[in-house]
Amino acid sequence: MALMKVRFDMRKRVKLTQLVWFLYWVAVMAGILVFSMGLFFKVELRKRSELMDNNESHLLPNLLIGVGIIACGINAFGGKVCYDSLDSNKFLKWRPMLRTFLVSCVFFNALLIVTAVLCFVMRIPMEFTLAEGLKNGMKYYKDTDTPGRCYMKRTLDMMQMEFRCCGNNNFRDWFEIQWVSNRYLDFGAKEVKDRINSNVDGQYLMNAVPFSCCNPSSPRPCIQWQMVNNTAHYSYDHYTEELNVWKRGCSEALLSYYGGLMNTIGALLILVTALQVGVTVGLQYVRTSLMTLCNPDNPESVSEGWILEKTVKETFFDFLRMLKAKFKRNRVEEDDS
Amino acid sequence: MALLKMKFPLQRRVRLAQGLWLLSWLAVLSGAFIFCLGVYLKTELLRRAEVMDNAEIHVVPNILMLVSLASIGTNWFAGRVCQDSLDTTRFPRWKRFLMGWFAVVALLCSLLVTAVVLSYALQGRLEESLKVGLRNGIRFYRDTDVPGRCFQKETIDRLQIQLRCCGNTNYRDWFEVQWISNRYLNFTSKEVKDRVRSNVDGRYLVDGVPFSCCNPESPRPCLQYHLLDNNAHYNYEYQTESLNLYSRGCRQALVDYYMELMNTIGPGVLSVILTQITVAVSLRYLQTAVEGAMALDNPEDDSDGYLLEKNLKETIQDIKTYFLILYMRNKINLESDDADAAEKATAS
Repeated sequence: MALMKVRFDMRKRVKLTQLVWFLYWVAVMAGILVFSMGLFFKVELRKRSELMDNNESHLLPNLLIGVGIIACGINAFGGKVCYDSLDSNKFLKWRPMLRTFLVSCVFFNALLIVTAVLCFVMRIPMEFTLAEGLKNGMKYYKDTDTPGRCYMKRTLDMMQMEFRCCGNNNFRDWFEIQWVSNRYLDFGAKEVKDRINSNVDGQYLMNAVPFSCCNPSSPRPCIQWQMVNNTAHYSYDHYTEELNVWKRGCSEALLSYYGGLMNTIGALLILVTALQVGVTVGLQYVRTSLMTLCNPDNPESVSEGWILEKTVKETFFDFLRMLKAKFKRNRVEEDDS
Repeated sequence: MALLKMKFPLQRRVRLAQGLWLLSWLAVLSGAFIFCLGVYLKTELLRRAEVMDNAEIHVVPNILMLVSLASIGTNWFAGRVCQDSLDTTRFPRWKRFLMGWFAVVALLCSLLVTAVVLSYALQGRLEESLKVGLRNGIRFYRDTDVPGRCFQKETIDRLQIQLRCCGNTNYRDWFEVQWISNRYLNFTSKEVKDRVRSNVDGRYLVDGVPFSCCNPESPRPCLQYHLLDNNAHYNYEYQTESLNLYSRGCRQALVDYYMELMNTIGPGVLSVILTQITVAVSLRYLQTAVEGAMALDNPEDDSDGYLLEKNLKETIQDIKTYFLILYMRNKINLESDDADAAEKATAS
C-alpha cells in the first residue's frame, strides 16, 4: 500500500507541476535570504570579535552560508526539472537521476533541521565566550600604547555607549581592574602611592568607571569618580541612585542582542525547512504521477502519485535489506580474494 | 517655419507612443522616489527640531513632497494620453487638457529647480537657526526639573554623542553657562560660594564639560573638569591636547550633516527634472504628429511633428497679440459699461 496515494488526471498534473515550479522559485529566494542572513551574522561577529577574545565560533554563520548556497542550487535545479516535466520528452532525460536527487533533498532537509536547532542551541557557548572575552577585554582597556590592543579602549567605549551597558556583569567590575594607564599616573603623588600599596598586585584601583558608562537620561551631571562614597558628592546616595550609570552588564546586553539575532534566524530557518519539505514532497508526486501513466503513449491519461511506494515500515525494511545485501556482497568478494 | 519639425510615419508614431508610455511610468516611479527622499529629509529635520529655532528649512522637503505627488499625477495622465493617442476616436477628448498639462509640467519643473536652489541658499538661515537653538539647549541643559525643558539634557547629550561634537562653536561654550543644576551644588561649601561670587550673575561656572563631549578615540581616560588647568592633571597640556574631547562644534556638525544629505538628494532631483522635460517634449511631438495625421485624408499617412507651430519669435508675437486683444476687449467692455451707467444716471 503506497503512502498517501492520489489520482491525477492531465489537468491536475499540470496544475501540480506549475505550483511546484512556483514554489521552487520561492525556495530559491529563501535560499538567498538564508545566505544573506549567514553573511550578516558573520559580519556582526567579526565586528565584535575583539570583545570575544577572537575566540568566537563561526560554525553557525558558515553553516548558514553553505546551506543557503546549496539550497539555491538544489531549488534552481528542481525548478528546471519541474519546468521540463510538462514536456514528456524533456522529462525522460531527467527521469533516471530524479530518485537520487530526491534522496539527497531529504538529507538536505535533515541538515536544515539540524542548522535550525543549532541556531537555538549555540546561545549557550556564546554566553561563555562573551563573559570570558569581556573580562579580558576590560583588562586591556588601559593598554592604548600596546600594538594589537591599542583600539580596545575605543571598542569598549563605543560598545558600552551603543548597547547601554557597563562592565561585564555590572559597573562594579570596573572597580576590580586598573583601567587608567600608568602613563597618566603621577607616581610622585602620595595618593597614587597609597592606592598602589593598598593591594597585593600593585594596581591603581578606584571606585570609578569610564565616561562611556554614563546614562544621558540622568537628571544630574554624570558621577564617575568615588561612586560608593556618599559624602564625596552633594545630595548623593549610591544605594538609591539608578539613573547615573547604565545598570545592565555588557555580557547580558551582547548576549540578548546576539541571542535575538539567532532566534530570528532560527525561526526563519524553520519556515524555510517547511517550504523545502513541501517542494520535495511536491516533486515526488510529480515524478510518480508521470511514471505511472496508464497509457504511456497518451500524455492525457490518468495516473497515480504517492510519497512512498510502500508503507514507511516496509520501505525502511527494504532499505535495511539492501544495505545487508551490499554488505554481504562485499564480504563475499573479500572472502573470494 | 515650425520649430524642430520632424517627419512621423505611422510606424514611428506607434514607436513614439509606446516609448512614451514606458517613459511616463518611469517618471511616475522617479516621482515616488523623490517623494520618499522628501519624507526622509523631513524626518531627519524633525528629529533635531529641538535644537532648531525656526522651521524655515522645512520648505525644501515640503516642496519636494508636494511636487513629487503632483508629478506622479501628471505622468500617470501622460501615460493615459499615450494609450489613447493611436485611437482616433479616443484621442480628441484629451486634446483640450494638453495645453494645461504643459503649463502644469513647466510649473512643477520650475518648483523643483527652486527647491534645489533653496537647499543651498537657505544654508545660512539654517546655521542661524541652529546657533540660536543650540545656545538655548546648552543654557537649559541643567533644567531637568523644569516642565517643558526636562529632556533638554538628554537631547543635547545624545546629539553630542551621535554627531561626535561638543558645544555650539566648540567646547568652550560650556564654560560660559552654568550647566550643573543648583540642586546638586552644596551652597555651604567654600568652593561653591567662591565660584558663585566670582561672576556678576551669580552663576556656578566651571571650566568643565559634560561627559557626552568625551572622545572615545582618546588614549587617555576622559578629562572633563579643570580643562584649562595644566596642573590639575598629570602629564596634561590643554594647548596641545586634541583627542580628549570632540573638537568640532555641534552647529558645524549639524550643518555638514544636512548639507551632505541635500547634496545627495540634489542629483536625484535634477535627473527627475530631466526625465520630466523629456516626457513633455515627447508628448508634444506625439500630440502634433497625431493631430496632423487625424487632419489628413488617410490617417495612416506620414505626418509632421513639431514643438512650436511657428518659430520662437512668431510664437511670442502671437502670444503678445492674443493678450493685447484680450486687454482691448476688456477695455471696450468696461468703457461700454461706463457709458451705459452714465446714460442710466442722466435718464433718471
